[in-house]
Amino acid sequence: MKKKLSLLERAAAVPHAVWAVMFIVTPLLFVLYFAFTDSKTGRFSFGNIAALSSYWEIFLTSICFALVATFCCLLIGYPLAFVMSRCKPSTQKLLTVLLMLPMWISLLIRTYSLMTLMENGGLINSLLGAMGLEPIQMVGTGGAVILGMIYDFLPYMVLPIFTSMQKMDTRYLEAAADLGCNSFQTMFRVVLPLTTPGIISGITMVFVPSISTFYISQKLGGGNFDLIGDTIERQFRYPSTYHVGAAISLVMMILILISIAVMNRFSDEDERGMMV
Amino acid sequence: MKLLSRIYMWLVFGLLYAPILVLVIFSFNEGGSFAEYTGVSFYWYGELFRDSAALLSLKNSLVLAISSAGISTVIGTFAALGLDRMRNRYLKGAINSVTNIPMMNPDIVTGVSMMLLFVAVGGWLHATDALGFGTMLIAHTTFSLPYVILSVLPRFSQFDKSLREAAMDLGCTPAQSFFKVELPQILPGVISGLIMAFTLSLDDFVISHFVSSPDFQTLPLYIYNQTAHEVKFSMYALCTLIIIAILALLLLVNFAGGIGDRSKRRRGAMQ
Amino acid sequence: MKRFLTTLLAICLLSLSLPLFASCGKESGVTTLYVYNWGEYISDGSEGSTDVNAAFEEWCAAQGMKVKVNYSTFSSNEDMYAKLCSGATAYDIVIPSDYMVERLLKEGMLRPLNTENIPNLSNIDMSAVIDGRPYYDIDSEGSDKTYSVPYTYGTVGIIYNKSMLLAEDLERIEAGEGSWDIMWNEAYKGNILQFNNSRDAFATAMFREGVPVNTTSEAEWRAALDSLMQQKPILQGYVMDEIYNKMSSGSAALAPYYAGDFFTMYEDNEDLGFFYPKEGTNVFVDAMCVPTASKNPELAELYINFMLSPEIARANAEYICYASPNRAVREDAEYIATMEELHPDAMSILYDTADVEMQFYENLGEEQLVLLNSLWEELKIESSIGSSIMIIACIIAGAAVGFGIFYYIRRRKRKRYTDTLWED
Repeated sequence: MKKKLSLLERAAAVPHAVWAVMFIVTPLLFVLYFAFTDSKTGRFSFGNIAALSSYWEIFLTSICFALVATFCCLLIGYPLAFVMSRCKPSTQKLLTVLLMLPMWISLLIRTYSLMTLMENGGLINSLLGAMGLEPIQMVGTGGAVILGMIYDFLPYMVLPIFTSMQKMDTRYLEAAADLGCNSFQTMFRVVLPLTTPGIISGITMVFVPSISTFYISQKLGGGNFDLIGDTIERQFRYPSTYHVGAAISLVMMILILISIAVMNRFSDEDERGMMV
Repeated sequence: MKLLSRIYMWLVFGLLYAPILVLVIFSFNEGGSFAEYTGVSFYWYGELFRDSAALLSLKNSLVLAISSAGISTVIGTFAALGLDRMRNRYLKGAINSVTNIPMMNPDIVTGVSMMLLFVAVGGWLHATDALGFGTMLIAHTTFSLPYVILSVLPRFSQFDKSLREAAMDLGCTPAQSFFKVELPQILPGVISGLIMAFTLSLDDFVISHFVSSPDFQTLPLYIYNQTAHEVKFSMYALCTLIIIAILALLLLVNFAGGIGDRSKRRRGAMQ
Repeated sequence: MKRFLTTLLAICLLSLSLPLFASCGKESGVTTLYVYNWGEYISDGSEGSTDVNAAFEEWCAAQGMKVKVNYSTFSSNEDMYAKLCSGATAYDIVIPSDYMVERLLKEGMLRPLNTENIPNLSNIDMSAVIDGRPYYDIDSEGSDKTYSVPYTYGTVGIIYNKSMLLAEDLERIEAGEGSWDIMWNEAYKGNILQFNNSRDAFATAMFREGVPVNTTSEAEWRAALDSLMQQKPILQGYVMDEIYNKMSSGSAALAPYYAGDFFTMYEDNEDLGFFYPKEGTNVFVDAMCVPTASKNPELAELYINFMLSPEIARANAEYICYASPNRAVREDAEYIATMEELHPDAMSILYDTADVEMQFYENLGEEQLVLLNSLWEELKIESSIGSSIMIIACIIAGAAVGFGIFYYIRRRKRKRYTDTLWED
């Protein structure tokens, strides 16, 4: 039986739909428009897209940095989430708060505090100096940028994995043990496949901000390592370069949406089939 | 093995918190330098409250967060209602995927695209001040909307439809049944959406960076400008206060959640 | 039901019109003076200094005028130019540097000043750096109207940390033989900072290469770019005002910056020193101008006059530490004492620049500007990520792709298998 919908129910989504068209779809159309028009004549042109060829190194650097950072986050975060999920429920609650706190503290503050530690004259090097060791130059190197990404985005990796581990039925682990799995086999054949959705969303949540960041590379890379984010930010300082900036943003957006779509294929499908 | 894993866990947490702790500790440093700790004092906190730009940006941030969270919660809640009732699958799918765009897109692309819209529209209208509070409000509402919808929508689908029919049978108009029966049931989702929108707006830097003007600065923008200049230690004091506020909020939310559980249990016992 | 829709509609309308309300909340009867200046470039009342803008409001109140100063800041001449061109705000006072004044004047964006309203103009004495009228203040007709009033002037030099420099370099600097070459010295790898601003960064390389900073030759600009490319691997970073913290905390050994700012850093770290490279350096004048869009030009002139009055000019000069073009300040014994307390050589660094080779920036033509931007872009995107990071990234990417394909195939197989089970 289908009931007739009231006017309220039918009209309820209208303001949102209007809003979404005005402020989500239209801005993206503007990116398209700017990316494909010439900055001087305003006519249709592929010039901006063609100009991107000189930026291939930036794209490569960003992808490399983001890949390494995401991988390190996974490497550190997965065991952490596992250990957390083995704790008592009361401890788990505390740990969740501890994990959420850095997520809610502004990225600017966290990055900046990390920078003050890592400066040549910062606390770490002062400590090294006090111990009679040579100071290490950290700020202004690629390693510092990656470290900054790991530090800033690690909670985004841990939280979804942790949630999917909490949801996991512990009886599966017992069953696996009963069927003769050792702890490593349990880990790789039961836990890992069951938490794949968490891993996928963790990877997305780390990879996307890492590839598009500009504050981290500005502060920790000292402006030596321009990432896609820095380049876009610089193009949008002056109106004459908006068009190239729009083209870079467009390409980055497409790259990211494609990779998200590919990754989602792994988590969408029937999870039962993945278990061994 | 267990001990080892515990050590690992606390080590990671320790590293996660070390820089923040250093910042908090040094905000109390009288000397205003990382080189040496000259003594505990609240000097920089006093300096912070004498800094009118910081206070103004705090006020701006709060005004913006409250208004954008309010607007996005109202629009988002109704949108969730509409989406829940919608029978056209394609339209529903289309609205859903458009809504999710700001969540999937990198912030910088969202910010840049909005800036292009505002600048172009401002140019056509010959508006003297294209960027400012208005554009910030639109941008913040836009990126909070998906989070509000995401937290309200499940509540609608969990809602027992027969309750609504019962209300209608007892003579409620559809509107009355929504406001008197349904809304109280979905309220936890609405509130968590509101809190989410509020914190997202307070925290946002990247999108604001593109759609703001120097006349309307929020706290993150103020911090960004500070870190690009000579950093005074009053900024560390500011960061410490923000961290304390967030900690209090998080504990409160957890604690309040506890209260909710307890009252629910009590209600259950009464029935 | 209808009530609801009306409320809903009202809420939506209200939310859309909110920005309108916000923008028209101005008090009546109060004139707002829009001042647009460099960041940290006015005595603002912090740490016991005079709050100049508040003082001006008070002064106006004493004259029976209700004035509110809306003060905002920019971080580069180009930012200021973009904002001014956008017409977003009708600024009454802007304080750009020389070459930008020239550009604004050329594009007809400045209003000639009525010098009768600025009697304190007689305090200005720029003979230390400019003979006669400054080049940038002459409009296309060559008339003798005044368009700008110098606010401060300054020079670029190299700030160094004595405890981090090699003895031989210190000796050279002591002997007045310091050179831009020191910023290309491999010995200081990772401890050198460079301007994050195209014009200033290129100028350092151009002085080193002996190229005029306003050259129109593409080859000479390219030579400067090569020089900067060569420097990039040994830099700690491209920064602007972050230099303060980095130099004060001893995180970098060498940085080119504006002379006035050196004193602020020296206050925090006495190991710092300053020298003018022998090849020459840049000199700039930041000047107060009134844009044609200004709605209160006369009030703006009063503001300029106020800024030139001895007490206010001194408060500013002591706060920002740049050289003051104001004779009343420079001859003030208390000012001299304050500056010398700050740094023993403060007065000579700021004012005794007669034997330093100096060049002004001039407004570059459209062609040079485009070239400069594209060269700067080339420099910034030149990336030197270590091959190790690249190799690790490739391994990770390869592993991820391999893993994905492996999982996908296995899952397909399993699915087919379970499907056959279902069929049975």
